[in-house]
Amino acid sequence: MIQQSLYEQVLDYANRANPYPLYAQLRQTPVTRQTDGSYVVSTYREIVSLLHDPRIGSDFRKRSVHDRPPAGLSTNKEQAFKSQVPEVGTEASASNEGSETEVVPSFIGLDPPEHDRIRRQATWPFGPPHKPGRVADMESELICLANRQIDTMKGKSSIDIVEDFAYPIPVTMISKLLGVPPEDQARLHALSEAIIEGIDLDPQKSQEERKRRQEQSGQTFKDLEQYMEALIERHRKHPGSDLLSGLITDYGPDGPMAQPDIVSTASLLLIAGHETTVNLITNGMLTLLRHPDVLERLRREPNLVIRLVEELLRYEPPVQILPNRVALADITIAGTIIQKGSPVILLLASGSRDPARFHDPDKFDPDRRDNMHLGFGCGIHYCYGAPLARLETQIALTELVRRLENPRLAYDQPPYRQSATLRGPRHLIIEIDGVKD
Amino acid sequence: MSSNNAEKTSSSVQRSVQRIVIVGASLAGLSAAESLRSEGFAGTITVIGDEPHAPYDRPPLSKTVLTGWLQAEHTTLPQSVDLQAEWLLGMPAIGLDLGNREVELADGRRVGFDRLLISTGTHARTWPDLAQAALDGVCLLHTRDDAARLRARLAARPKRVLVIGGGFTGSEVASVCRELGLAVTVTERSATPLIGALGAAAGAFAGQLQRAHGVDLRCNVTVMSLEGDESGRLRCAYLSDGDILDIDVAVVALGAVRNVEWLRDSGLAFDSRGLACDAACRAFDINGIVTDGIFVAGDVARWPHPLYGGELLAVEHWGNAVEQARTAAHNMVSVPADFRAYKSLPAFWSRQFGVNLKTIGLPSFADEVVLTQGSVLERRLVAAYGYKGRIVAALTVNMARWLPAYKAMIEARVPFPPVLHSPDSSAELRPVPAGFPPHGQTTHSANAIKTGTGPSTPPPEESSTSDKVKDPRVPPGFQPK
Repeated sequence: MIQQSLYEQVLDYANRANPYPLYAQLRQTPVTRQTDGSYVVSTYREIVSLLHDPRIGSDFRKRSVHDRPPAGLSTNKEQAFKSQVPEVGTEASASNEGSETEVVPSFIGLDPPEHDRIRRQATWPFGPPHKPGRVADMESELICLANRQIDTMKGKSSIDIVEDFAYPIPVTMISKLLGVPPEDQARLHALSEAIIEGIDLDPQKSQEERKRRQEQSGQTFKDLEQYMEALIERHRKHPGSDLLSGLITDYGPDGPMAQPDIVSTASLLLIAGHETTVNLITNGMLTLLRHPDVLERLRREPNLVIRLVEELLRYEPPVQILPNRVALADITIAGTIIQKGSPVILLLASGSRDPARFHDPDKFDPDRRDNMHLGFGCGIHYCYGAPLARLETQIALTELVRRLENPRLAYDQPPYRQSATLRGPRHLIIEIDGVKD
Repeated sequence: MSSNNAEKTSSSVQRSVQRIVIVGASLAGLSAAESLRSEGFAGTITVIGDEPHAPYDRPPLSKTVLTGWLQAEHTTLPQSVDLQAEWLLGMPAIGLDLGNREVELADGRRVGFDRLLISTGTHARTWPDLAQAALDGVCLLHTRDDAARLRARLAARPKRVLVIGGGFTGSEVASVCRELGLAVTVTERSATPLIGALGAAAGAFAGQLQRAHGVDLRCNVTVMSLEGDESGRLRCAYLSDGDILDIDVAVVALGAVRNVEWLRDSGLAFDSRGLACDAACRAFDINGIVTDGIFVAGDVARWPHPLYGGELLAVEHWGNAVEQARTAAHNMVSVPADFRAYKSLPAFWSRQFGVNLKTIGLPSFADEVVLTQGSVLERRLVAAYGYKGRIVAALTVNMARWLPAYKAMIEARVPFPPVLHSPDSSAELRPVPAGFPPHGQTTHSANAIKTGTGPSTPPPEESSTSDKVKDPRVPPGFQPK
């Protein structure tokens, strides 16, 4: 078998449960060129520097056509899905060129100034200064929701944190936020799952298999867009207090968002709101069960949860890799020249474990004060949903720890999802002695 | 030196240093006291301040305090740890006796020290005519009490506010007036507002912003005199363009004056530009000899920065007060081998007319400026400042997230104009002259400037006409006979 590069080993499913030793090896060389022409960046200082560098873009259309796509580039959310479709092979990208031109990337896959405008439009009905209470006002509902889910665990001795708890909370909240009627939630959940499945490109799988899955997820994405268009139409006629209605009717100084942008923004938020927080909550419970002293402390000191979630975002972040950047000019960094047009892959989770930046980085320490982690990225694409993700995870972990009696891992370690980018357990089976009221 | 040795030596310094006195109880003084404690200093700390208030935060005074969003007395700076310090507040220091190592207070007391930090900051430059300055309605804006008084004036909804001086303070006051729906006139002796800090090219943008928000902006215009009614209330202002304005409030925003008067007989190297110190924050005496145990931080200091041609900088920024005080505090309790050099890049922010302005580096050092990202039309932009072909500063308008990239470029001395190929920059970069006016041409002062090389360089404005040119009433283009 051909020797795998360190980055290919990161993508290899065999190393999904613990990629951190590989990251440590990668950090020996902060910027490494892959055989396919992409560059992998693994150290904190270099990642932060590139995320603030105007010569780094997120728009896949600016990649040099001569560069082959990176091996097994698993990509970020729906933009990445779109960015991958034309890049499977050279014929595919040629044949898709005409038909794919109407695709509008969401703001995660755009560069300034379009990115800035659409993100401002998307932020207007979501947060301060116009809607400062949007996330904070969800708190009591989140607490009810978490407790309803925990109530269903009564009488069980074994539960799956993923299916029984971590999924329903973010899915319900993002649907509620967007104004998706409850009866449609199951369908959207299935669509979102299918899309995530499809965009995950395992280098182990044959090219035909990857292409087949992509086409499948491409169809699913069209279904999602159609659904969103219909939903937008409904909200246009009968606006509510939800975010989607806000995007359509309650616009700020930048004017109303264009219809295609609303569709792509809503789809992005739906998918992003699904996957990442599920993994953050699950990673959180897993980490707590592996650190029973911290779990016990959280039970006694609920206020610890604020810093604990920040440490979690550093220690076991749900978004491990930003694979969708592109060099817009030659960039000299850490003694390497990243050539214009090259894909740039930023290993956020590796940067957050960089001993040059964090003291004792492999220790899970909720008392850590100096914690400028990369869990939400940084720069202009800093996570849009961060306030919601924080609140959801803080409440989810607090309520779980408060009510579950003697929770313990049925077995370490849990089975992981395929994705190396959006990394998290597929199931997390734990045993409990009961559920407190 | 091993860390063990370093600990030993610094603890030996700490044994010989028992009493530390800080003159100046604002942001720099407080930051220094906090740093001294976190450095492990266990001796006495005495903080002397001329205002009666505990250290408070100044940036809100020209913004949220004036709009009424924040009460002036709610600006007190938080103190994260109990500093175990003696606070002598409302008690100005009036002299420094280097021989006996004592600070003299206004009430005659003398406070001895082993180490001294001078962080006395600045005060607002006053209106030159004392009788006019005393009129009811003529305001300054520097202290928390000033802000409370001005807030009360604005809340009474005056028919028109006159702001004398288009620097940052004046511009922010004008912005608040417009936010409150008040009519406001800004007079500026030079060609644009903010010209001293940002240059004429960026200043022209600031001027457009002001006019778009309904400010009656008058550039190349001075206020010749202020006039009151019989009861001493401000009634009108005579402008150099011939206009007579009916006003009931005038805000004198003519920049800051360094609080160095109390050092008169100290033998230290101070003048109107501040108190000169080395990169370790140690004060120089008038012979250019670095003193032992006398340190300087904050607005009152002028110190050599490695990036700006050996010139001593004087910087009136919030971040400078914090960082320089921390460096000074570290050096106060360390042996010279462990000294840190202070070389932070100046960084500044302002909020006015709905935009967030930030700078990194020293714009006033530049000869050229170029728009690198964004657009003037959208009021979102980054401009880079260059001096002799290298980048020395950057300005962002509503695009502050890019500042770290420019900070790195300035520190790496990359060529100007920087070639970015950024997706939101125009294909061809077109540098223009930065347009900084000669010294003394503006009504306000730049809040970060170079002040000459070395502790003994004479001030540039020492000429027979300087007093005339410095007088804010004198119109532009005045030729002394």
